[in-house]
Amino acid sequence: MSAIVHLRSAVALIGRFPALAGVDLDVHSGEILLLRGPNGAGKTTLLGVCAGLIGLTTGEALVLGEDLTTNRRAVRRRVGLLGHDSFLYQDLSVVENLDFWSRAAAATVADGRAALDRLGVASRLFELPVHSLSAGQRRRVSFAAMICRRPELWLLDEPHAGLDSAGRDLVDGLMAEAATSGATVLFASHELDRAEHVAHRSVTISGGVILDETPPSSETRADL
Amino acid sequence: MSQGGGVLSDALLVARKDLLLERRAKIGLGQVLPFAILVLLLFAFALDPDRGILKLATPGLFWVTVLFSAVLTLQRSFALEAEDGILEALRLSGMSPAGIYLGKVTALTIELLLLEAVLVLGVAVLYDTKFLGIPLLFAIALLATLGIAGAGAVYGALAARLRSRETLLPLLLLPLLAPVLIAATRGCEVSLEREAMSGWPWAALLGIFALVYLTLGSFLFRPLLEDA
Repeated sequence: MSAIVHLRSAVALIGRFPALAGVDLDVHSGEILLLRGPNGAGKTTLLGVCAGLIGLTTGEALVLGEDLTTNRRAVRRRVGLLGHDSFLYQDLSVVENLDFWSRAAAATVADGRAALDRLGVASRLFELPVHSLSAGQRRRVSFAAMICRRPELWLLDEPHAGLDSAGRDLVDGLMAEAATSGATVLFASHELDRAEHVAHRSVTISGGVILDETPPSSETRADL
Repeated sequence: MSQGGGVLSDALLVARKDLLLERRAKIGLGQVLPFAILVLLLFAFALDPDRGILKLATPGLFWVTVLFSAVLTLQRSFALEAEDGILEALRLSGMSPAGIYLGKVTALTIELLLLEAVLVLGVAVLYDTKFLGIPLLFAIALLATLGIAGAGAVYGALAARLRSRETLLPLLLLPLLAPVLIAATRGCEVSLEREAMSGWPWAALLGIFALVYLTLGSFLFRPLLEDA
């Protein structure tokens, strides 16, 4: 298995605060890795580093074969990031957002519509402005905007947040499906019961460093 | 779309999106335009039309009104990009930063030209202005607006994530746009005085300003987007 994410002694500063203080991490192709840890542990920063949005101060970072210490931009088109923000224009409708973000990522409008269908966004919502949607509906649209890019590496920050039970099951299914089809999933979650069930492996991060690693369960090991 | 379509298609995509946002939110129509008309009206109250001062000052008052309205339009345009993680999403999208910049400049130029068209009617009615030298006036309006949008998009991106952007953007931008204000005002003055031929050097100056900022912005937008 090749390492899709390879971090060594990775240090990232947010202002003058070391949000990552020497992280060593490998995530392999087709793996679903859960990031655990308290608020402020560095999970979101770690996802931002892997997306090429946050630069390293020191250390090594190879993501999808790209050296982020020399060129952070190269990896961006190939990853999908679901963050705390919606990444959606609130005044545009659902389909206008999907049309824009799919075309911006060199995908097609049809890819955007297919992603909306996949996320179970009802067609009656398509023409509504995003600001009029519920938090859960917005989360589904954000997810659709992410998957229509067909990312090789999924970076998900609290992917279950704001979703109902059916939505959470759907997200779990999408992560499993992505890993099966060769993508790699790195996600942060506080909902450990659900998250540990879908993850192949988990690591705990606190104070900007990896504290411990839970090996794959016998159930998930067979999937890797 | 920079991998497949390049800068031009990215610019068209962003311009279309910005115009669609304006169509949906109607900030320009509902807030900026009434503000601009109000400013013209206040100038008319302050400078008595009967004494002829208003007529003499019309080009300057028109362009000052356009500059103030442009600052509001720019603030709105870049505030939208700073909300809900949109700047990160744009960086992740793979679109060319130059394409994003040119797209925003295109949308801003169209919005401001439409505003100016309404303000011209306002000036004709409120200030009793007769428009002569139409080709020169049109060239000045287009080039000055390109310059305002080109420089404004650079500084709009610079101020986008700052908490004090509402006050900082006018402070940064208005001194920088003084050459546009002077050249556009002088160009319009000579045009209204039926000396249209002597107005073209002012149009050329506006063209150079616009070209410099469009070129600079196309190169500077990548670091601006990264640091925003």
